[in-house]
Amino acid sequence: MTTKPEEQAPTETASPEDEPQGFRARLRRVVQRVLAVLRHQFSLLVEEGRTYLGRLRGGDMGSLPALLGLVVLFVVFTIAHDRFLTTYNMANLVVQAASICVLAMGLVFVLLLGEIDLSAGVAGGASATITALSIVDNGWSWWIAVLAGMGVGVLIGLAIGLLVALLGIPSFVVTLAFFLALQAVPLKLIGSGGSIRFNDEVLRGLSIKNVGVTAGWIAAIVIVVGYAALSLWRHRTRVSKGLVHKPMVLVLIRIAIFTGVVIGITALLSANRAPNPNLFNISGLPWVAPVVVALLLFWTFMLTRTRFGRHLYAVGGNAEAARRAGINVTRIKVVAFMICSGMAAIAGILSASYSGKVSPGSGGGNELLYAVGAAVIGGTSLFGGRGRAIDAVVGGLVIATIPNGLGLLDQASYINFLVTGGVLLLAASVDAISRRRRSAAGV
Amino acid sequence: MSEHGEVATGTPDPLLELRQVNKSFGVVHVLHDVDFAVYPGQVTALVGDNGAGKSTLAKVIAGIYGRDSGEYLFEGQSVTVHGPRDVAALGVEVVYQDLALCDNLDVVDNMFLGRELRKGITLDDVAMEAKARETLASLSVRTVKSVRQSVASLSGGQRQTVAIAKAVLWNSRIVILDEPTAALGVAQTRQVLDLVRRLADHGLGVVLISHNMNDVLEVADRITALFLGRVAADVPAKEVSHNQIVELITAGRSGDLGIRDVSTATI
Repeated sequence: MTTKPEEQAPTETASPEDEPQGFRARLRRVVQRVLAVLRHQFSLLVEEGRTYLGRLRGGDMGSLPALLGLVVLFVVFTIAHDRFLTTYNMANLVVQAASICVLAMGLVFVLLLGEIDLSAGVAGGASATITALSIVDNGWSWWIAVLAGMGVGVLIGLAIGLLVALLGIPSFVVTLAFFLALQAVPLKLIGSGGSIRFNDEVLRGLSIKNVGVTAGWIAAIVIVVGYAALSLWRHRTRVSKGLVHKPMVLVLIRIAIFTGVVIGITALLSANRAPNPNLFNISGLPWVAPVVVALLLFWTFMLTRTRFGRHLYAVGGNAEAARRAGINVTRIKVVAFMICSGMAAIAGILSASYSGKVSPGSGGGNELLYAVGAAVIGGTSLFGGRGRAIDAVVGGLVIATIPNGLGLLDQASYINFLVTGGVLLLAASVDAISRRRRSAAGV
Repeated sequence: MSEHGEVATGTPDPLLELRQVNKSFGVVHVLHDVDFAVYPGQVTALVGDNGAGKSTLAKVIAGIYGRDSGEYLFEGQSVTVHGPRDVAALGVEVVYQDLALCDNLDVVDNMFLGRELRKGITLDDVAMEAKARETLASLSVRTVKSVRQSVASLSGGQRQTVAIAKAVLWNSRIVILDEPTAALGVAQTRQVLDLVRRLADHGLGVVLISHNMNDVLEVADRITALFLGRVAADVPAKEVSHNQIVELITAGRSGDLGIRDVSTATI
């Protein structure tokens, strides 16, 4: 985090007169200068690494536990089943994780305030029911139906937010009531035991169709170039204004890692992954992936670059301080619940898209706990004030990997419940312990 | 309160002045005909025992409480004050005892909280960081290592420094500090007192509410002592001793200073 403002390597001050002539001498000087720059950057990197270790020791672990968990799960499942680490299954995993990631991304907003939304799962189910009915019964086109579903979600969030922020009822109780009450919506509209087919070409296609390979590559390259340009431009601005900044080498390493991940995933999913490659060609990113990435970019921008995001963190960190600073705490809370339920509606629609139907039980299972687990595993604190949109995506991948791998291993479903419950508890423990360490170390 | 007129001679015109302010909460009459003045470039210490009315007076100045009677003057003009926003608009900032900082945000974010600078719809982090550094530098603050540190990692003195710098950032005219050294160690108290002095040297009017007589005698130019909701004395700090202040606080009277007939002073 902390780096001295002056980062440029010490430059040689030899005047041109006493420079020895000749190619070898010039070459030696250039090499020496390059070495000096490298040595300087390396020492900055070491210092940065030390700061990072200090933060880790102080309990500020971010997404690290989730990444480690993901690696462990991948290693275990790869050893346990030879079909786990195939491109076919990886594409499956992406589709399975999508709705959890989106639901968790919405929950991050509520968790940032130190609140909880237990009704997000069933709010998604209710919204998906509205969307499905709009298409099947009313014949609306998909995007109007999606807007209707999201509208329902946002209204649910508005109601919850007003009850929490204005009446002061604990969000746990309000959303528990909504969790129970909202299950009535699909049950009444669909009827018990029934289900609505969710086979709109576009919406169902989100899960079963893929982005063309060429388009996927173009998008990947645009994203990588955009990220690199933005990082370098921001670094340059900070250096030129003499502000706090990361060492150049760290920026480059980050760009390299980002590029590796994006290109790697694109390459993996661009290969033909059909079980019988001679008969079929299944390749390209599933359509849900760009949807999740777009939501991730949008919410990351909102959280980190806008006044609303800054105020959200402030209210989560110290609501009284935020109030004294003139921030409308009530409004921030209501909006956070609206975002959460609105995102839950999208998650419900993605989930319906994956299963191809909406039934009265949609969203009432352990979707919500999966999503809370995803956000917390990813590094969002249950105590408020800490969390990012990317946490939800990383955590969502971890959570989705568990049923995916266990399903391949043909385990009874009770194992799945046990493992997921255990992972959620583990994540919450890591959160609580790191919070204690944070307050002790003051990071 | 005849001594008020005497000591006021030779001092600049007050920046902010309260005249004959009364404030009651139900049957409890907390402030009795209180006169209070803040001068530019001076530290005015507000001292008094628990329940003497220091915090009430500070909240009346801050606009959090209304007045039952009495005048509120700013730069000699009578102003109407309906709430904290009116007072903030005058350039009066209050640094509360329980620091109003968000632990999860960094120093710059905290200093601009609620008044973030923007470029279009995005936050202008570069401008905010530059301005925060400038403000800290103008106050000669060297204790805060990086302005991008989270506030949770700061010591009590550093946090107090950030809270004060936050109040100064907006070109305020008056800063009211409520017990700024109450929870600090020796070295940190030192830092904060130096900063308080520097604020006054920058021409701001500073009100220091404190229990600690050493702090008060060290930095204050004027001392206003409250006793049971009345002004017991309003004197230049040079003219009183430690013992006299303690007597004013505890008995409302010290020699020829203080309330004439203490026995009639009741709540």
